[in-house]
Parts: sequence; C-alpha cells; structure tokens
Amino acid sequence: MSKLQNTTIYLSRDSAALAVGANRVAAALLENAQIRGISVELIRTSSYGMFWLEPLVEIATPAGRVAFGPVTTADVALIFEQGLAGATQHPCYLGLTQDIPYLKKQERLTFARMGITDPLSLSDYEEHDGYLGLDKALNMSNSAVIQEVLDSGLRGRGGAAFPTGIKWKTVANTPATQRYIVCNADEGDSGTFSDRMTMEGDPFMLIEGMTIAGIATNATIGYIYVRSEYPHAIATLSQAIHIAEAAGYLGKNIRDSGKDFTLFVRKAAGSYVCGEETALLESLEGKRGIVRAKPPLPAIKGLFGQPTVVNNVITLATIPVILARGAAFYKNFGVGRSAGTLPFQLAGNIKQGGLVEKAFGLTLRELIYDFGAGSASGRPIKAIQSGGPLGTYIAEPQWDLPLDYETYLSIGGTLGHGGMVVHDDTADMAKLARYAMEFCAIESCGKCTPCRIGSTRGVEVIDKIIDNHNREHQVVLLKDLCNTMTYGSLCAMGGMTPNPVLSALAHFPEDFGLTHTSLDK
Amino acid sequence: MTAVYEKSPEQAQAIIHRILAQQMAVPGALLPILHDIQDALSFIPPESVSDIAQALNLSRAEVHGVITYYHHFRTTPPGRNIVQICQAEACQSMGAQALMTHAQKHLGCKAHETSPDGSVTLQATYCLGLCASSPAISINEEVHARMTCALFDELMASVRANNDANDRSIDQGQA
Repeated sequence: MSKLQNTTIYLSRDSAALAVGANRVAAALLENAQIRGISVELIRTSSYGMFWLEPLVEIATPAGRVAFGPVTTADVALIFEQGLAGATQHPCYLGLTQDIPYLKKQERLTFARMGITDPLSLSDYEEHDGYLGLDKALNMSNSAVIQEVLDSGLRGRGGAAFPTGIKWKTVANTPATQRYIVCNADEGDSGTFSDRMTMEGDPFMLIEGMTIAGIATNATIGYIYVRSEYPHAIATLSQAIHIAEAAGYLGKNIRDSGKDFTLFVRKAAGSYVCGEETALLESLEGKRGIVRAKPPLPAIKGLFGQPTVVNNVITLATIPVILARGAAFYKNFGVGRSAGTLPFQLAGNIKQGGLVEKAFGLTLRELIYDFGAGSASGRPIKAIQSGGPLGTYIAEPQWDLPLDYETYLSIGGTLGHGGMVVHDDTADMAKLARYAMEFCAIESCGKCTPCRIGSTRGVEVIDKIIDNHNREHQVVLLKDLCNTMTYGSLCAMGGMTPNPVLSALAHFPEDFGLTHTSLDK
Repeated sequence: MTAVYEKSPEQAQAIIHRILAQQMAVPGALLPILHDIQDALSFIPPESVSDIAQALNLSRAEVHGVITYYHHFRTTPPGRNIVQICQAEACQSMGAQALMTHAQKHLGCKAHETSPDGSVTLQATYCLGLCASSPAISINEEVHARMTCALFDELMASVRANNDANDRSIDQGQA
C-alpha cells in the first residue's frame, strides 16, 4: 500500500470554499487520515472558481489531480474507505480536474494558477511562471515596458475600459517628485468576485503587476485599497507583501535593480462610490469619499496631488502575463478593440456559478448555458444584469451578441467588471429597477444633484408606477429624470444608475403594469 | 467580540491615544486610525473625535464627517455579534430578501438594529463577493454561503451557545 503513503490532498482556502464548510472538510480529512494511519499532506490552495463544486477536494495522482466535489464532512470517510483517488464510484467523484469541461473550455491567462497553487507560497508562485514578467521588465527600459502594455491592447478591467498603457504613459510623462500606483480593490459590484479571488488566491500576481507598474512609471509607492467586506483578502495580501519584501521582491533595491517599490494595503470602509477612482483617492487621503471633478485626471493630479496610476486588480494582475509572454501573445486573444481575456463571473440564480476566463467575443448564451448550465432554480432565465448594479439588464434577444466592450456599448450596456447576475422568471423587474435607484440613493456621495436627489425621486416615481398613480405620466417623468441623471451626474454612480432602470422598463414593461405599445407613446 | 462597555473610559482613552501615537504620521491617517479604534473598542466613541481631530490637525467637523460618511464605522456599541446579510442583486436572485425578513423575525429586530437580548446586531450589506454561492451572510466576518432559513437558525443557535459559554467562563473566572 505504499501508494497511499504521503498522499497529497488539495483543498481551497478561498472565502467561497470557507463559506460552504471547507475548514470542516479539512478537519475531517486530517482526522480520517490519522484514524487510518495514512500520511497526508493537506495543501490549502486558491479556488478554481467552480463554486458549485466547493468544497472541492483534490488528490494527487501520477496522471494529475483527481477531484471530488462538493464534499461534505459526511463524504470524507467514504472517500478514504474507497481508496482516496481510487474512489471513482463515490457520488462526488469528478475525474481529473483538468478534464472538467467548465475548466477545460476556458482560456486562463490571468487565472492560470488559480486553484493550483498555495496562495502564500512564493516558491509555488515562482515554479508556476511567477515573477517572469518582473524579471523581463527589470531588463527593459521604462518606456519599453509601457510600450509592451500599450501594444497588448489591455484596457481597464474595472469597467471603464480605458487603455492601460496610455494611463501609464501619462503618469510617467508628468513631472513630479513622487508618483503613486493605486490598486482599486473596492470590488463593490454585486455579481463580481474576480478581484477577491485574485487577492485571496494569487496575491503575488497582483504584487508583481503593481511592481512592474511602479518601475515603468517611476512610482515608488503603491496602495491597494481593499473593501472592508473582504477581511480574508486583506489578511492574505498583508502576509504576501511581507513575504515578497523578505524575498527582495518589494522594498528598496528590488532584485538588485536599484529600483524601489513599497506597497501598502489600505482598508476601505463600506462606501460603494469609493470604487470610483477620484472618490477612492479622497478616501485614501483620509477624507470622505466624495467624487472629484475631472479634469485634472488622476494620472496628472491624483493621490496627494501627485501623478497616480489607478488601476483595477484584474488590470494590474494581467500585467505579469503580458510581460512574461509578450504583447502579441496577449493581443492574439479577443476581438476588435477588446483584446485579451476577461474573467467573467457567473453569479446569482445560476446552476454552475463561478469564474470563467475567456477571450472577448463569446456570447452571453454560451456563458450562461454552456458554462452555467442554466438557472439554479431550474426555471427559465428572464434577465441577466451585466456589469454590476449600474449595468444593463440584458434580455433574451440580446444573448447572442458577442461579449466585447464595443458591442455592449452599442446596445447601451456595459461589460463592467465582467459580473453577470442571472435572474429567473420569478424576478420582478420593476422591483429591481426600484432597487437600482434605492441603491444609488444609499450610496450616492451627495456631491452632485442629479445623483443625490435624482435617485430618491427615482424611487418615488417607480413606486408611483408600481402603484398605478397616473402610471403612464410617471413613465415620462422617469425617463426625463434618467436623462438628467445620465447626462448631469458627475460620475458613473448617478450617470449609470439609469441603465438598469431603463433596460428593465424597455424589456419588461409588463412588470411595471405597462405594455410595449404604451411605452412607445 | 469585546465591546467597549467592558472597558472603562480610561482604558478606552488609553487605547485611543496609543493608536493615535502609532498612526498619526501615516499619510492619510484618518481611516486607518478609525479602523484601529473600531477594531479595538467595537465602535468609535463620539468623545474621541476631539482627540483624533487634534492629533491630525483637523476640525472636529471633518472627523465627524468622515465617521458618519462611511457605512462601516459606528458610534454606538454593537451587539455581541454582528450578522450581515447580503441584499445585493445576486443574492436577491436567490432569495436574500426573504432571508432578511426571516432573520428580522428570528432575531426580533430590524436591519441595522440589535436584537433585544443584545446578542446580535443585524446589518444589510451590499456584496460579500460570494455571488456564485448566494445567498451569503457573514457572522463576525466569517462568511457563510448557500444560506437557508433553517441553516440561519442553526447558526444563530450556535452563536447564542457561544455567548452563554463565554458568560459562564467569565463568571467562573470572577468566582
């Protein structure tokens, strides 16, 4: 039975695994191993992002890792009894992890290590292509690094899709004594978790990306602004920063290059609008998270008045693979001006929810049915909100459009941060429209009138529509109000709240007590 | 959870002064300071505002403004446990609003209130990043997903059992 000696078992430590009992499963695994006198090494990894299968237990075999999921504590004894990796008859048996179709069909560039490595093992990271990008960047001129990012076609993954290289170039070319790299990790959009997975699951990748950004733009200080709802991410990042510092990947004279980059984690405090870059900078400066008027752009006058790169977690985390494998490699994925891949996040009422990294250009239908396997409730899917609380509700006629920035813009939608929230046919779109306005009223920073007052008026008007107080007249008012918010708000908070409202109204007027014809009047 | 009412005003003030001394030189120090105070005392005592303002050379209005702007900060002691239920769209699609209604009934308080026995402060939150395993809740920053009303009741029972066990050990310690 020598093959049962020193069995390596993998189990995720991602929040989404912990939230469904991964630690209890870990205890059961160790207890069963002890009872049976089997020597087991349990490695806590990141998550593949197949969340309907968590807790996902993997057992190392010569052919690769064999997976079981979702595993409960009650399943563990039977898996041991049936011979661990040999427990092919166990109801949780999934075969080789790498052959699971959900994973096999993906194009994982940014999320290549996800599920595989121990998040806080620097050697694991290095063995899986970690720090190749930084090594290359340290042997290039600053402008060559920026050119590489420009050539890759990478655009901001937070939602605004601004070309990353242009932002970096602006910061590098603005005279200053101090420049900053700020990572926007205030992932507040419902339906999104790719930032959280990155920070909890592959923190060195984000650190490496930020270090490269710092070197390219001559910024020596970086901040990661993480939402307070992500305590595990904050803890993991803080530990990873210590480890990277100790190994000479952060701090003074990185890898004997003569370059310095110091990184700090800052905990946010539960304000959604602080995901807007200027509000985020105000918050980092210790103030209320009130949106600044632009210009000046943060790239010219950002944190503490200095030129600042503000990029989303996924943007920065994608930099290492671009540097390591080259701009041409990355740009080869995707369609048109949407180059590369996007970690889509399937969320809400979905059977196989999780993370799907694919090149731009696949359709929502493929995402929801081929990957997601339809709704969790088994009922027909009614609407999919793409791009967070400020995103448009996409109705079935639009599910075959390619998912890329330009196509979605052309239908008044947004890919945002790649979160797709699925609602089945029990969803009341009038209530969801009302919620969009209510959320804006709760989270508005209050600086501009269209957002601060418009959102409250919006809730009232939608209530009147629902209650049929002069319904058709109120619809005219609602559209007018949305127009004011769209064009009059200072930032996307007020400016995009009309997206879910108007799309719900346009596609599902019957939920508002209207018909398509009455809507066109 | 240690609540401030377990600490004397003098102890609380000493903690606040220590935090101020450690953090006041940090750039943009106010949020880190407020986090540290809340983490140590479970809330930010309103009487600490003038000390914070003085240390950072801000007006009291500025400090008060920041504390009240952010949803995370509170100026009164919470219950012994903080339960957050996500109410954002993904969790809504899986019944988070019904779960909130159930929780309010179970705990006997509304959202952003504390149960009459002081054991739980109930909060609505907008996204815990577990949107593929909805509905999600967090209990004292520990996350739980695929939540059901029955599972919620079980978790609350164990929260109360923990409270009772802590009380007993405190009683025994004092005896």
